[in-house]
Amino acid sequence: MTALSSALRILRRVCATLTGATGFGIVAVVLFAALFAPWVATADPDRLDVMNRFAAPSFAHWLGTDHLGRDLYSRLVHGATVAMSVALSATVVALSGGTLLGILAAYLPARFERFVLIVFDVIASFPSMVLALAIVAVFGPSTLIVVVIVAITLTPHFGRVARAQALTLKSAPFLEAERILGASFARIVVHHVLPNILGPLVILASMDIPVVITIEAGLSFLGLGVRPPLASWGTLIQDGYQYLSDSWVPVVVSSLALAFATLGFTLFGEALRDAVDPRVRQEL
Amino acid sequence: MFAGGATRADEMMRYLASRLVTTALIVLGAMLLLFTLSSVVPGDPATTLLGPQATPELSQRFIAEMGLDQPLYIRLGRFFANVATGNLGTDVISGRSVAGLIREVIPYTLILTFAAIGLAVAVGVPLGVFAATHRGSVADNVLAFVSVAFIAVPSFVIAIFLLLIFAIWLDWLPVLGASRTGALGDEVKRMILPTLALALGWIGFIARLVRTSMLEVMGEPYIRTSRAFGLSERLVTYKYALKNACIPTITILGMGVGRLLGGAVLVEIVFARPGLGRLIYNAISERNYPVVQGAVLVVVVLFVVVNLIVDLSYSAIDPRIRHETSRPGAAG
Repeated sequence: MTALSSALRILRRVCATLTGATGFGIVAVVLFAALFAPWVATADPDRLDVMNRFAAPSFAHWLGTDHLGRDLYSRLVHGATVAMSVALSATVVALSGGTLLGILAAYLPARFERFVLIVFDVIASFPSMVLALAIVAVFGPSTLIVVVIVAITLTPHFGRVARAQALTLKSAPFLEAERILGASFARIVVHHVLPNILGPLVILASMDIPVVITIEAGLSFLGLGVRPPLASWGTLIQDGYQYLSDSWVPVVVSSLALAFATLGFTLFGEALRDAVDPRVRQEL
Repeated sequence: MFAGGATRADEMMRYLASRLVTTALIVLGAMLLLFTLSSVVPGDPATTLLGPQATPELSQRFIAEMGLDQPLYIRLGRFFANVATGNLGTDVISGRSVAGLIREVIPYTLILTFAAIGLAVAVGVPLGVFAATHRGSVADNVLAFVSVAFIAVPSFVIAIFLLLIFAIWLDWLPVLGASRTGALGDEVKRMILPTLALALGWIGFIARLVRTSMLEVMGEPYIRTSRAFGLSERLVTYKYALKNACIPTITILGMGVGRLLGGAVLVEIVFARPGLGRLIYNAISERNYPVVQGAVLVVVVLFVVVNLIVDLSYSAIDPRIRHETSRPGAAG
């Protein structure tokens, strides 16, 4: 109950600013489209209608059709599902992995900590987009590979913040008291450390979502990410770009959808950061 | 925190050594990963990596080139020895050396990346100073929103819009590729849109960063003192405040090079420009793994070397950074 009411309070504060409200509105629209794609879409996104290629926007096809006569609006709506599933799964994996490693680094012996920090440094120092290309070159394009690569690259990001937060808690009197009372390490971590450090990590996660959407769309634009029949926004932009001389509508419409989503998530993430706690700002 | 008698020079040397070791580890890690990738391929590596074009003759050459008929440890040793002597292998399809291919296109990528960074700094810093000195004004608010928009929108989307607007609809600038004639004027014209596409996001980023750190610095006592001494507002703003406000910008630039290299891949493809990104992309579509391996390794080395330079110059400017890694309460 208290968690719900404090979440609502934070959300109200996010929506108090114009940019925050805009961001929240866009995020809500994208999430709604992603969750209820079959009902939000007006047609089957994969239904071909080659007699109707590059149709102009009309009542039947709200945003027109693409080079195979498929309904663009419906393809974009289903693209939201792809973007959100990739972004959310990669972020959640990175968030859990990073948090676990970060807490362990803070509480286990210094030797382990140094090792984890070096691994974080090494991962963070790789140009991930380029490395993704090398991996795709060997295994071929796949959605799973995109998720795994992005999750690994983002892990140090969460790990460092989790470690820093856990260190500040380490000598807190209430943890000292728990230890004297004989609480186990696992109990201390799950019941006391985790709830206290989760806030900044969730904010960080919300700010990483547009980054993940961008990477996925970029790889799919190159034809190296999500594979057909799944249609990512990046795939739609690539299709439109290929047929630019026939019609500029598909490329403009799908680029705008991607830009709209990344802008919305960025505005929302920043408003969330500002709304939660001014102290957090300096740490992120 | 430090052992008694440790001087500033010792401390600096230790920092330098630890950074050098990390950098070497990263390059070694990248090499190991690239090597492993080529040996964990499912099935027969020659057929998988070369794809449908794998004629028996080409497969033979590929197996010999990659040393696939030899035990793993010999291949690994040979790979490391070759890289150490600057031999990045042979393009299995054209038979040319990978290092030569890379040398041919690397100037295009470097020029594009550095032009974008230069433009981002040249426009972003003054915008940030303007926003900080006009805090709360309409211009400041508009700038804040435009900055976020530029940061949030992916650079390849910006590239596509620039291409549509300036090259197709308005027909102001040549559309695609690098100059064939090599004339400087033509090449500069062809660079404008790709550079802009890469730089816009960083203009927004730098403007915001400079604005925040300027506002922070402007509240410091030494700025108040300079004002009390009657120094002109311009001198205080640009000479004393901006100098300190620039420190965070330098670190961001280090991170930026890597992100820019990633963005450059996509922008090079949108604008059909030659470069490392296009080389890697074409090699992937031709299933030309030795070229992918060599080019990715070069990008990783470029990236870590730039990061190292930025880190070292940053710690020379601001000694506080050297303590950052030490653990509170533990022996340093």
